[in-house]
Amino acid sequence: MAEFDTPENLEPTSELAPVSELGLAKASEESTPIADQSPSGFFKQLLGFWVTFATMFKKPNTVQYPEVKAPTEERFHGRHQLNRHPDGLEKCIGCELCAWACPADAILVEGANNTPENQVSPGERYGAVYQINYLRCIFCGLCIEACPTRALTMTNEYELADNDRGKLIFEKEDLLAPLRAGMLMPPHPMYPGADDGTYYRGEVPGSHPSQSPEANAHA
Amino acid sequence: MTSTQQLIGSDPGWIIALKGLIVFIVCVVATLLCVWGERRIVSFMQQRVGPNRVGKFGLLQSLADGVKLALKEDLIPKTADRIVFVIAPIISATTCFMSFAVIPLTGHVRFFGHQTVMQLTDLPVGVLYVLAVASVGVYGIVLAGWSSGSTYPLLGGLRSSAQVISYEVAMGLSLVAVFIYSGSMSTADIVAAQHHWWFAVVLFPSFVIYAISMVGETNRAPFDLAEAEGELVGGFHTEYSSLKFALFFLAEYVNIVAVSSLATTLFLGGYHALPGLGFTESWLGGWFTIVWFFLKVIGFFFVFVWLRGTLPRMRYDQFMKFGWKVLIPVSLAWIMVVSTLRVMSQRNEGKIVITSFTVGVVLVVLAISSLFESAKNRREREDALGEVAAPSFPVPEIPQPRAEQLHG
Repeated sequence: MAEFDTPENLEPTSELAPVSELGLAKASEESTPIADQSPSGFFKQLLGFWVTFATMFKKPNTVQYPEVKAPTEERFHGRHQLNRHPDGLEKCIGCELCAWACPADAILVEGANNTPENQVSPGERYGAVYQINYLRCIFCGLCIEACPTRALTMTNEYELADNDRGKLIFEKEDLLAPLRAGMLMPPHPMYPGADDGTYYRGEVPGSHPSQSPEANAHA
Repeated sequence: MTSTQQLIGSDPGWIIALKGLIVFIVCVVATLLCVWGERRIVSFMQQRVGPNRVGKFGLLQSLADGVKLALKEDLIPKTADRIVFVIAPIISATTCFMSFAVIPLTGHVRFFGHQTVMQLTDLPVGVLYVLAVASVGVYGIVLAGWSSGSTYPLLGGLRSSAQVISYEVAMGLSLVAVFIYSGSMSTADIVAAQHHWWFAVVLFPSFVIYAISMVGETNRAPFDLAEAEGELVGGFHTEYSSLKFALFFLAEYVNIVAVSSLATTLFLGGYHALPGLGFTESWLGGWFTIVWFFLKVIGFFFVFVWLRGTLPRMRYDQFMKFGWKVLIPVSLAWIMVVSTLRVMSQRNEGKIVITSFTVGVVLVVLAISSLFESAKNRREREDALGEVAAPSFPVPEIPQPRAEQLHG
């Protein structure tokens, strides 16, 4: 304390050492130019004009949005989707874990029992009512983490604006994944010889002829 | 009575009316294009593209914005002084248009069979008229700020008027040198006097001072303290909406075009072609000169936008300090030098006298600037020391070598 140093010597060089030990060395190095508050020369200041002038001839970053759509990141959190098993049965088992996980209370699920006549998903239960309120959803993805059957995932679709609050509550039909090749529209019986465990482990290859409506009508 | 004045004096009434209409249209169209141009240029400086939807290249964007503004609800705050509140934007907008009356847009041309120039009128004190009209324009700002009956507009209006008034002093002083050299205050004569050399070259310091003060005078970045969004919301026009706001908007841009035109007229040779391209002045029967005029105005406008895209806003006290303590004294000193040189050349003094005077001036300038520099260094040294040496707890005496360094 007894000795007074010139301001230059008072730079806290010695104090910086523990900072670098903490792995913050890079940050402190980057902050050095900001700490230099000495007035820059007149011509140095004029360099700023060159920066703006040169930028005029650079390619703009703007994406002409409605016409050009930049692809999102692969794991972008967009609209939800309710997936299906390879034979078309729904993966959702109506457990409501997604609704419980939702911090914004945006999801409403009501489960119901599967019956032999009305088999919507493998196993006992299926999601009879499934609503996501996109006025409340914050796209955090906790519902996706909570889902035990990977029934609920998120797509990259982000164009969700609408002019009516009612239209922004998405029903099950809006959220269900489309039928792909080899899938049959449920309800239909489970794959012959398969139980819910088989479905869960992904051992069902696709739909079997015996699952089709025609086969069931004959039976 | 100059030839231009005679030409304008012989105009029949309908030609004068037509010219007035043309001036008005040019101002309004220029405003629309300026708003669009500014937004586009600033965008490119920020690696954006700006408005490009309405019309080709977004050219009609400002027109669409204008229609939108006009259709908006016109609010007058309860606490506002209604009459003054309505009059203020009108004052602001009309005065800007008025200053265009004395700006010569072309040289001699044939206009519907009449030999004339595209200039509404040529007063013997034309430039003073422009300054006077600009000063009246300040009333629009002051009254708008005052009549809004709200804090931010009042502060913004005060800032604006203080700013415009103080920079008008510097601007007026910078023009004195032009008057001395051209021997006239008529804009037409000043343009004619620049036939060989532009005043921007001959009177470079005046040009620089004018260029700075015209940015200050128009309340533009980096001197746009009157509408410093972070502090004053919108400044004097915070409470304005709809057409009244549009009028202020119009006034701002017409003002920019007006000061740019005045700068072109006084310093860049007005409608004359660039050096070496004088033959173009007779193209299209003299009408081509209007292209030169507007090219120069656009050049100035680009600088306005460039400044806005580059510089951060100045602090109010720095800005006033710069105006009163730098621009005005420098202007005064420069006027002294110019008038002395002028008198010398008129009296046909010998080359030795003129040269020695010039050398003397340069030496004095160097001496003064070095004095300022050393004073500044000394102050900085003391400031730096002061920051370190003023803890609130008792400290030992300053060691001897340090005290020497401090007190010389």
